[in-house]
Amino acid sequence: MTGKLVDIRNLSVRFKGKRTVHAINDVSLSMEQGETLALLGESGSGKSVTLKTLLGLLPPKRSEIDGSIHVNGVDVLSLRGKALAKYRGGEVSMVFQEPALALDPVFTVGHQIAESVRRHKGVSRDEAMSVALDMLDRVRIPSANRRLHNYPHELSGGMRQRVMIALALACRPRLLLADEPTTALDATVQIQILLLLRELQKEFGMGVIFVTHDIGVAVEISERVAVMYAGQIFEEGTTREIIREGRHPYTQGLLAANLHDVEQGQRLNAIPGAPPALESKPDGCSFAPRCPKALPECTAGLPPMLMPAPRRRVACIRAGEPVVAE
Amino acid sequence: MSATEDVGYDPTPDTGGPAQPLIKVQNLKKYFPVRGGPLGRVQAQVQAVDGVSFDVAKGETLGIVGESGCGKSTTAKLLIGLTERDQGDIIFDGLALGEKLSLKDLRRGVQMVFQDSYATLNPRMTIEASVAFGARVQGLDKPEDRARKLMDRVGLDPARFAHRYPHELSGGQRQRVNIARALAMSPRLVVLDEAVSALDKSVEAQVLNLLNDLRAEFGLTYIFISHDLNVVRYISDRILVMYLGEVVEVAPVASIWAEQAHPYTRSLFSAMPSMDPDNRTKEPPLSGDPPNPINPPSGCRFHTRCRFKADVCKTKTPKLAGLSVNAKHMVACHLHDADSGHPKAGQGVPS
Ligand SMILES: Nc1ncnc2c1ncn2[C@@H]1O[C@H](COP(=O)(O)OP(=O)(O)OP(=O)(O)O)[C@@H](O)[C@H]1O
Ligand SMILES: Nc1ncnc2c1ncn2[C@@H]1O[C@H](COP(=O)(O)OP(=O)(O)OP(=O)(O)O)[C@@H](O)[C@H]1O
Ligand SMILES: [Mg+2]
Ligand SMILES: [Mg+2]
Repeated sequence: MTGKLVDIRNLSVRFKGKRTVHAINDVSLSMEQGETLALLGESGSGKSVTLKTLLGLLPPKRSEIDGSIHVNGVDVLSLRGKALAKYRGGEVSMVFQEPALALDPVFTVGHQIAESVRRHKGVSRDEAMSVALDMLDRVRIPSANRRLHNYPHELSGGMRQRVMIALALACRPRLLLADEPTTALDATVQIQILLLLRELQKEFGMGVIFVTHDIGVAVEISERVAVMYAGQIFEEGTTREIIREGRHPYTQGLLAANLHDVEQGQRLNAIPGAPPALESKPDGCSFAPRCPKALPECTAGLPPMLMPAPRRRVACIRAGEPVVAE
Repeated sequence: MSATEDVGYDPTPDTGGPAQPLIKVQNLKKYFPVRGGPLGRVQAQVQAVDGVSFDVAKGETLGIVGESGCGKSTTAKLLIGLTERDQGDIIFDGLALGEKLSLKDLRRGVQMVFQDSYATLNPRMTIEASVAFGARVQGLDKPEDRARKLMDRVGLDPARFAHRYPHELSGGQRQRVNIARALAMSPRLVVLDEAVSALDKSVEAQVLNLLNDLRAEFGLTYIFISHDLNVVRYISDRILVMYLGEVVEVAPVASIWAEQAHPYTRSLFSAMPSMDPDNRTKEPPLSGDPPNPINPPSGCRFHTRCRFKADVCKTKTPKLAGLSVNAKHMVACHLHDADSGHPKAGQGVPS
């Protein structure tokens, strides 16, 4: 047993069906208690699947999982039935990318939070309802008393996200998985929610994995960043290291695709091409076909993992070269 | 063959010429009833959209920004007739909805890409069938062919994606399906409600380049709702700022970027995430809760959170009017109206 909050080793996830999708390929990742990590990466890179695997949410018949996941010493992949239900929403909970997935349209939001508290903590209906009210207050929902009795469709997108955060935190999890919970929010609310999550994270001492594709958001929320591509982690380090000296060409491309100070109509600096199909397990660098720095060796075999400092890694042949300042 | 013919883009013809706005909205209102009590009686009204007016020229892109719950999506849904308006006029290329324009004709001309990419796709339809559906409803020939070409156009390889179901796609991939699906209906106006929010920056850049290309190719007009000001700045010709169901500022991009005339707009612009790990945001630029839209504040609705409020702001509703330096830059704030009675009236927003 480890003292780590999260310890993922050599995780691979494949979806079977008409076509096989190698969604996660040999991912290892660890987190200390109370740490905040941003999982940054392109659409389809496997961020959501990583979180779903951590929560034991993948359809067992259609997915094949290799490797191991421990959360607080619990072997997640071996959990079944009641133990899994207790783990989900108790030890670990998740705020989803799309509220439609988490909130049930036929129950009021208060009822849904209270039910979750009752299930996990075994408290009375009234107590559970007052926890729900307290949680809506904590996520700064105006007139929480009234909103308790609202159905999800009666709330705006931003409020639904806050309700989801309230639902996720109601049972005081050790680990919060947040899947782009602020992407649909306007700037003022986004920054409020990021600050709120920062506060609640400190207050509850929980660890947070925050999935985002927005580097600005990662900067605001997390101490550490892991960059994902094609189901692999390409680079990991502190937020400062990634922002200031991102070494992987993909990380550098992401930083360049930023819209800060771009004139209207000007063509954007998109990384050309699309991510790979993931129909087979990668046997070379998955980014090579799009990479401005690719060498013939890049497709010949998996890139070496360079570790320039403790808890800092880069999967690129050329990462050892000095970074050219612009 | 032009790219236009290639994907079978076949919109309804332009009737009023280039000078006539493609869409004109006047005094649009939507109140949602709030029911309660044992009999489920209407006890109050949420003033979701309250007297919104604007127009969008042909080929123009109007960006809409504003706090969560301020009525952006409701405005969008009113525009496509998905939500029924209580009051106001919707005039599409000179024809008023409910008079010379039927709901069916409006929907032929205006398509929407929704905030929640899941909710709008039929989970039991393949991606190809979903995209082809619109074209088939329109009675266009070879709907599957069109669907595949459009999928290709939005960067989803048909060979890989045509036969997948919505749950087998990532959020960003689903959003591109939604864009293809909207285009399959050959609309003249596309309303994009947080359409790129689920995309990572690199794909977002590709989709924005795509939207720009489609605009150039097809002469499309966009209404672009997004919380990301950098995106709105990039894609829009003008930006409209909403607060609590009302328009507080509308201006050409360069003008509003240089100077936010409304105090709310100013807070909104300073809420952009910092890109500096050593200088993270410490306090939200707007404090206080957004007021309850059931009982919005009197006078200027922003006065409860405004640093520059004076007595007049609590009683008198400011009117949207052009700035003296630039009539195209419109703002609803007493600070800019020399006759408003605000002690600092006519001096603009203090720094
Ligand atoms: N149930 C499933 N069956 C088959 N393939 C799937 C399934 N779920 C996800 N995938 C595929 O796995 C890959 C990773 O998907 P995932 O949802 O993790 O992406 P993501 O990084 O969260 O992207 P986004 O930022 O767009 O949400 C994608 O190629 C996706 O199409
Ligand atoms: N069907 C409905 N019934 C009752 N109230 C509603 C309904 N739809 C929206 N509202 C309310 O109307 C107001 C405006 O909601 P709307 O969804 O238009 O906001 P928005 O600006 O799109 O917000 P967001 O940025 O969070 O998506 C909110 O107070 C919301 O709770
Ligand atoms: Mg995802
Ligand atoms: Mg909305």
